[in-house]
Amino acid sequence: MSQPEDLQEPSGPAIGQDEWVARHGERRSRRSGWIGDIEERARRAPWWAWLVLFVAAFALLPLVSHDGYVRRVAFETALYMTLALGLNIVVGWGGLLDLGYVAFYAIGAYGYAMLSSPQFGIHLPTVVTVPLMVVVGAIAGFLVGLPSRRLIGDYLAIVTLFFLQITQTVLVNGDQIAGHDLTGGANGIINVDPFHLFGHDIAVQHEGVFAVAYLYIAIAFFAVVYVALHFLNDSRTGRAWRSLREDALAAEAMGMPVNLLKLMAFSFGAATAAFTGTLFAAVQTSVFPLTFSFALVITVYTMVILGGQGSLAGVAVGAIVVNVMLEFLRDPGDARILIYVVGVLALAFAFGRTRKLAVLLAAVVIFGFVAHAVAEAINPDWVAGPAANGFDQALSNWVIIPTELANWVGPVSYIGLVCLALALTLMSPRWRYVVLVPTIYLGTFVWENVLLAQPDATRYIVLGVMLIGLMILRPNGLLGERRVEIV
Amino acid sequence: MAAAPLLELRGVSLAFGGLKVVSGLDLHVAEGEVVSVIGPNGAGKTTLFNLITGIYEPDEGDILLNERSIVGLEPHQINRLGVARTFQTLRLFLNMSVRENVMAAAYGGTKAGVLRSMLRTPGMRREEQEIRRQAEEHLSFFGERLKGYRWDQPAYSLSYANRRRLEIARAMATGPKILLLDEPAAGMNPVETHEISELIARLRSEAGYTILVIEHDMHVVEGISDRVVALDHGIKIVEGTFEKVATDPRVVEAYLGTKAAVTK
Repeated sequence: MSQPEDLQEPSGPAIGQDEWVARHGERRSRRSGWIGDIEERARRAPWWAWLVLFVAAFALLPLVSHDGYVRRVAFETALYMTLALGLNIVVGWGGLLDLGYVAFYAIGAYGYAMLSSPQFGIHLPTVVTVPLMVVVGAIAGFLVGLPSRRLIGDYLAIVTLFFLQITQTVLVNGDQIAGHDLTGGANGIINVDPFHLFGHDIAVQHEGVFAVAYLYIAIAFFAVVYVALHFLNDSRTGRAWRSLREDALAAEAMGMPVNLLKLMAFSFGAATAAFTGTLFAAVQTSVFPLTFSFALVITVYTMVILGGQGSLAGVAVGAIVVNVMLEFLRDPGDARILIYVVGVLALAFAFGRTRKLAVLLAAVVIFGFVAHAVAEAINPDWVAGPAANGFDQALSNWVIIPTELANWVGPVSYIGLVCLALALTLMSPRWRYVVLVPTIYLGTFVWENVLLAQPDATRYIVLGVMLIGLMILRPNGLLGERRVEIV
Repeated sequence: MAAAPLLELRGVSLAFGGLKVVSGLDLHVAEGEVVSVIGPNGAGKTTLFNLITGIYEPDEGDILLNERSIVGLEPHQINRLGVARTFQTLRLFLNMSVRENVMAAAYGGTKAGVLRSMLRTPGMRREEQEIRRQAEEHLSFFGERLKGYRWDQPAYSLSYANRRRLEIARAMATGPKILLLDEPAAGMNPVETHEISELIARLRSEAGYTILVIEHDMHVVEGISDRVVALDHGIKIVEGTFEKVATDPRVVEAYLGTKAAVTK
């Protein structure tokens, strides 16, 4: 191991000093090879360069693809990114476990819908409604914060979760409040106006496909929130929020009004959510109470945690990964190939570019052909499953795909796979290496025969597996800083 | 001695349930003084700090800062009036950088609003630079021990001794008149302990703080104190110069028990 040269201290660790600990991070962080070079260069680029690059790439997307579906997914991704940024204020910076976050999203969406639809015959201009909803969201966040600001952790989670339930109940039953129909009840509010900017109604559909304008509006929303929060993070308020997350008592003793700061964090998160909600309502041209469910809370939390809570870029990346992944998995055809790429990459990540990896892959391939041949010899029907084009054709010579799957095979092979995967974690490295071969093969069998047959369930299973793997390998998220809880 | 003390406690009492933690305590610290509080574990020393900083509210008695009662104020308000402390159990913002730990403590003394921060106005930037400059100044106070390259590293990467130093730097950044140091030399080796004595002397002479310090190391107490206050079971048993307090039989008894006092 060579000594790092860029440090001024020539001497080694001395008694009573902590040089070694202090330099430990630097020693580890620089990876060798081209990955390290890229990492180093990426780290040196300023934050706004990344943002500009990302926004530019996003803005060019409609030129590349005229597909309305792709545009719609891109729009939703930008929407989720903004939503996740807001949650990051409360969770990532303030350290407050807020499970009612989506209620503020609902408030923004319903607020916009009520003020821009035939529901009450009100059609306020967009430039009024959107800022108004941001203010309403902030006030709502403040009010929810008032009774709960003295609570932390699980207790806060319970209170905010109930707030979400109350909001949903009010929305569902809001068609008979004192004899008036306020929220449209379970049927929601329909015929909501799209945004009206610069004297034009911006239609959601343009010549039959999703309007590019909303893509730009969504990315503009995201960029504005991102820049504002980036600056805010690096200000006295941002530092105070993070101090409060680290140690509320110490923050209070160091002159930071903890209660006020908590309310501010709630307010800012809520305002961001409400802001995003208006755009959501305008593009959907309708709002329904069941959209704002606890499942959505979990999705947004997944984005924040997967990306790395506390890191703005991480949260944005988390939102992209989760949303794009869920869309990809919706179509088994796309997902089929994706999973093999991800699988090989994961193995490469685990083993590095070593002979071990090559041997493992070769062993898996050979194992597959042998298993295939054995199965064919026993009963040709076992491997005569449908195979369409090139990749599938090649694959069907390797994976056992029966013409018809017996009812019991699916569950048994799936449970067997889970058991094998869990057993792997308990084995010695040598055994693990050996058992990995049949495990991978069984994995492809289950994937091809069982999971692909039920894409809706598979989406979430794959997402869950990814999350488990990531949380084990990188508990701080994709771009999150390393965190310590107790030292 | 100055006419009115900077900090004064009058008959302060606090009980947790039936247990009297502090009872009828009188204490005063004049401007520019270094006062040490000693006493066996459980004597109520840290509770005393918690009372002064507003974490606990006394059941009886009054606490005055510059002749103004601070009882009932929130801890952050008391901090704004000029009382800053360190914690015996070290409560740093571990996942923030060393510099940010100190910068965060400038919150109360600065005023850039949220909107100005989000827009990064010139005024806000100037204030931000000033916070940064002052933070680095406070960190420089510790010289070689907390060197510049360490400032961007997370606080959790610091050693125990450096964490204690960082706690002091953070307390300094709140702009206090009086510093409450809770066992600043705990967990330090003899060399570092000696440095702490010098540091406390410099905190008074160079930085001009009044200091109230809890310390177990008698060498440190001897070296720094103008006055020593000995507590036991929440009661002030002796007060005076180090020589007077250290040789007082009641103090020896409190530390070593009655038998030792008899055999002496």
